[in-house]
Amino acid sequence: MGKLRGLIPPFLLVALWEAAAATGWLTLESLSRPSHILIAGARALMEGSILVATWQTIEAAALGLLIAVAAGVLSGVLIGLSRPLARTVGPTIEGLRPIPAVAFIPLALLYFGYGLPMEGAVVAYGCVWPVLVATASAVRGIEPRLLEVAAALEMSFAAKVWKIILPAAMARINLGVRVAAGFALVVAVTVEIVVNPRGLGYSLILAQQSLRVDLMYAQLIWLSFLGFVLNLALGRIGRASGASERAAQ
Amino acid sequence: MAHGHSAQDLMRPAGSAQPAMSVREVSLTLGGPPGRLILDAISFDVRQGEFLSIVGPSGCGKTTLLRLMAGLMPPTSGEITFEGAPVRRPSLSRAIVFQDYTNALLPWRTVSANIALSLEARGVARAERDDRVAALLKKMGLQHAAAQFPGQLSGGMQQRVQIARCLAQQPRIMLMDEPFGALDAITRQGLQDELMALAADEKMTVAFITHDLEEAIYLGDRVFVLAANPGRVVEEIEVGLERPRHQLLTREDPRFLKHRHRLFGLLQGH
Ligand SMILES: Nc1ncnc2c1ncn2[C@@H]1O[C@H](COP(=O)(O)OP(=O)(O)OP(=O)(O)O)[C@@H](O)[C@H]1O
Ligand SMILES: [Mg+2]
Repeated sequence: MGKLRGLIPPFLLVALWEAAAATGWLTLESLSRPSHILIAGARALMEGSILVATWQTIEAAALGLLIAVAAGVLSGVLIGLSRPLARTVGPTIEGLRPIPAVAFIPLALLYFGYGLPMEGAVVAYGCVWPVLVATASAVRGIEPRLLEVAAALEMSFAAKVWKIILPAAMARINLGVRVAAGFALVVAVTVEIVVNPRGLGYSLILAQQSLRVDLMYAQLIWLSFLGFVLNLALGRIGRASGASERAAQ
Repeated sequence: MAHGHSAQDLMRPAGSAQPAMSVREVSLTLGGPPGRLILDAISFDVRQGEFLSIVGPSGCGKTTLLRLMAGLMPPTSGEITFEGAPVRRPSLSRAIVFQDYTNALLPWRTVSANIALSLEARGVARAERDDRVAALLKKMGLQHAAAQFPGQLSGGMQQRVQIARCLAQQPRIMLMDEPFGALDAITRQGLQDELMALAADEKMTVAFITHDLEEAIYLGDRVFVLAANPGRVVEEIEVGLERPRHQLLTREDPRFLKHRHRLFGLLQGH
């Protein structure tokens, strides 16, 4: 019951909004009307256009995230293991990291043209830093005794990374990946809104330009729903890895 | 060693057999420059098949010496050889039992998987690996803990796991750094006796570091005494107590008490 109490304000707001629009008291064009938004959303779902756009956005976000995780973990391990390397590339990383991913849209457009690769590249750029930084600091923080165990057992570099370093750093790498995953959706939609003619961001722009305010709101609600599901999933993964971590303590 | 003596071997005086490990004029300076002399021109041999105890006060450089013997770090000067070859890096033939078993075990791996680590690293086939891990679990009394994680075990059990992992690498020398230092008296005595039985069974060469002089005498064939600042060997005694030893009887033996008095004086008087 206590949980449901949080639903009262939005419901009240929606009811008020609908009532105000129905009585003609609220005539602002940019606000549409809850019932119209609902119908527009249902239509978009039924004809599948919103699902296609969703898939395109998720595809680009996932591609970018995948690249970011692979590149971030690999370079993070190397940087975390080697102090000289960390000192050499550290300033460069600190210089590149604050540049907003979307600032690279023009450059990415030049390289890849419109489409999935360009969007994936921008997402990857935005997502690589949290993964890299989390991995490097996790690897630097590994119990030195474990690395001595690897040395004492004459492990190859690959075995050391695979059997000791990655498992030992996994919990903190996961945190970085979670941050990156949240970021991936934001960057993907932004790229679509700004330039890329695909996905949910582009649908939003189309709806706005054709003055389909109801559809625009429906898409916004759908996006917030996607974000919610993503967060839920990431929380699950986080808790699962946290639990296995605790079991391992 | 036990078979196939050639005529030449037999003619040699017993003392000239090649030592398992030989430490020659080993010094170590840390920090600096100019740095601090931690170990000062240490020389000794670890004989083939012996149980060598190394005892000394806290901070005298016992751990550092063991790390040099393992090849985890190089000495500033002098040389360490193992079976005639210079020690430059760690090797599977020299197992290291760390004092801090909590840090040395992989907390995300089960007991079995921890023990299997060296076998995996060497690419031993799955079936053989399982057999050898099962045998080691049995030998160390860990069968019931096989599927548990180290964090779920008592300190004594965790140290057993580390010893089992070291045995899995089939070392030719065990380098042990105060392995029972963090355990309660009862657990400690149990593990002392198990370790002695193990060493006797496998004719293992052991270098065993401790700051407990009774433990040093009880376990050792010989005991080296280190003094601090800088670390150096100040005494070597042949224990000469017959095996198997007994927690009560051996410790009451007049020879044991004589050694104990002598070492006690040395450790006080440094
Ligand atoms: N990396 C290092 N840099 C400088 N000094 C060090 C370093 N490691 C150890 N020392 C010093 O070397 C000396 C010997 O240390 P070591 O750990 O070998 O002693 P220990 O005999 O094992 O002591 P304990 O019985 O407490 O384990 C100590 O005084 C310590 O402060
Ligand atoms: Mg020590």
